Amino acid sequence: MASATDPSAIRLSDLRLDDARALLEHDPSCELPKPEASPTVYLQSVLDGLCELSLRDPLTGLSNRRHFQHLLNMEIESVARSGESVLLLIIDIDHFKKVNDTYGHHAGDLVLQAVSKCLESCVRPMDTVSRFGGEEFAAILPNCPATFGAVVAERIREAVSELGITVSPSETIHVTISIGGAYAPEWVRSTIELWTERADEQLYRAKSAGRNRVFIEEQRGVAVSADEKGMLFGHLLFGDPASAGVDGDAPGSAVADSEMNRAN
Amino acid sequence: MSEVSNPPQGATAEPVLALKSRSKVIAVTSGKGGVGKTFVSANLASALAKRGLRVLVLGADLGLANLDVVLNLYPKITLHDVFTGKSKLEDAIYKAPGGFSVLLAGSGMVEYSRLAPEVRDDFLRIMESLVPNYDIVLLDTGAGISDVVLFAVSMASEVLLVATPEPTALTDAYATIKVLGAQQKRQSIRVVINQVARTGDGTGITTQLQQVLDRFVNKDSEHPLKLLHMGDIPADTAVRQAIMKRQLLAQADPGCPAALAITQLATKVESAVIKHGA
Ligand SMILES: Nc1ncnc2c1ncn2[C@@H]1O[C@H](COP(=O)(O)OP(=O)(O)OP(=O)(O)O)[C@@H](O)[C@H]1O
Ligand SMILES: [Mg+2]
Repeated sequence: MASATDPSAIRLSDLRLDDARALLEHDPSCELPKPEASPTVYLQSVLDGLCELSLRDPLTGLSNRRHFQHLLNMEIESVARSGESVLLLIIDIDHFKKVNDTYGHHAGDLVLQAVSKCLESCVRPMDTVSRFGGEEFAAILPNCPATFGAVVAERIREAVSELGITVSPSETIHVTISIGGAYAPEWVRSTIELWTERADEQLYRAKSAGRNRVFIEEQRGVAVSADEKGMLFGHLLFGDPASAGVDGDAPGSAVADSEMNRAN
Repeated sequence: MSEVSNPPQGATAEPVLALKSRSKVIAVTSGKGGVGKTFVSANLASALAKRGLRVLVLGADLGLANLDVVLNLYPKITLHDVFTGKSKLEDAIYKAPGGFSVLLAGSGMVEYSRLAPEVRDDFLRIMESLVPNYDIVLLDTGAGISDVVLFAVSMASEVLLVATPEPTALTDAYATIKVLGAQQKRQSIRVVINQVARTGDGTGITTQLQQVLDRFVNKDSEHPLKLLHMGDIPADTAVRQAIMKRQLLAQADPGCPAALAITQLATKVESAVIKHGA
């Protein structure tokens, strides 16, 4: 119709789509429709496919480093505003080179894929796991209180160590990971570099301490002790117990009364 | 390096602005975000302007300054453009509907969140040239205790801490008070309790904060930190309605309880700053 005479209309046959098509046809998860059916639908699928590819690591299907950095930046912005507790984990497979040297690169790839799957299964859908490159992974856990983060990281470490990875018909191997973690400083607009640097430091500690372990930087912030909180919310306990409990310092209630009495 | 640098032990807050300028600057800050800093800054500014004062609100929240939304004012030129030499300072100052002036830091300032010394110097130079034109300068800082917030607060002689009765806001307010006391050797911090259920609730909250401070912070300090209760602002549906209309309370609903509370606050602030400072 109008499109046939519209000088701005794009004809598929004029576009050099070969490279893009080749890229997408290599990717088993991407299925392109027939170009004849609808050129628009076809072109849209090519673009969607390319976007998808540019965000993902081809081997593991995890988000790639570039995408992850974008997500980190968004997290930094949101923490600066919300003061939410967000944990960054950097995860490295221990002695990965040995796997490659002993069983070959294909085995190495299988290990990377198995570990990726395992990492993803250990976190919540709202968390993001990414392959940072080589045998290094990273995970970002929004809305993650300090007590929770250590437990999750430990669970991840354990799950990977228990994983039997079949690298050939006759061989099933085990690998371990080391994890370093750091929280985004609450209310502060950090930078990707500073934040990852702190998590990396912890990873280094985990490696130096013998690998297959988790080190998480203690969450900073201005310490307000349980005693201080107890006294701060002492008055609430007499009124609305539910709102005092919001802070999770219920054991402070006994303290609060005595602190108050002494203070008065 | 760290996101929040710790000043050397025992460092005193340098008077970063010449005394005369500093005495007019009030930092409006909070622990937790979203407690009403920007709402208080803008409406307090308009109430002070109504009392015949020349007021500047500096949106020093280097990230997302929502001051523009509250005022329905969308300045194209910000302090960031002045820093980068793109614009002149005069052009970055806008007249707000309430009869006061507004200068926004601009979101491009994010990259300065770890304030480099040059940026501090630039900032100070600009403040020195600005402040003489006004009777009161309100610094609407970001939330929390970042380098930027501490620096902004260090330029002010008075701190107006906004808190709400909600437990996390109160904990964060207490933490902020502790840091300001320790890092800047402040002797007094003014407190406004926003969004109280009943007028008068705030007095009790400030007293409570003071008691905890006395017990845990002031007990072995040579400079006991005093909290000065400046008033309560009731939780008022008129506030949300005014913000939806992008209007100041004085325009949208001058008789509402929150507006009356702001007017009272303005009287107190004026006598604290002007009579004191002069
Ligand atoms: N007294 C009040 N009564 C009812 N609602 C209020 C009151 N004060 C503030 N609010 C609501 O709280 C919201 C947040 O206020 P405001 O943006 O001023 O907070 P802020 O401390 O500046 O936030 P930020 O930390 O994000 O800069 C406002 O949009 C308003 O709707
Ligand atoms: Mg604000």
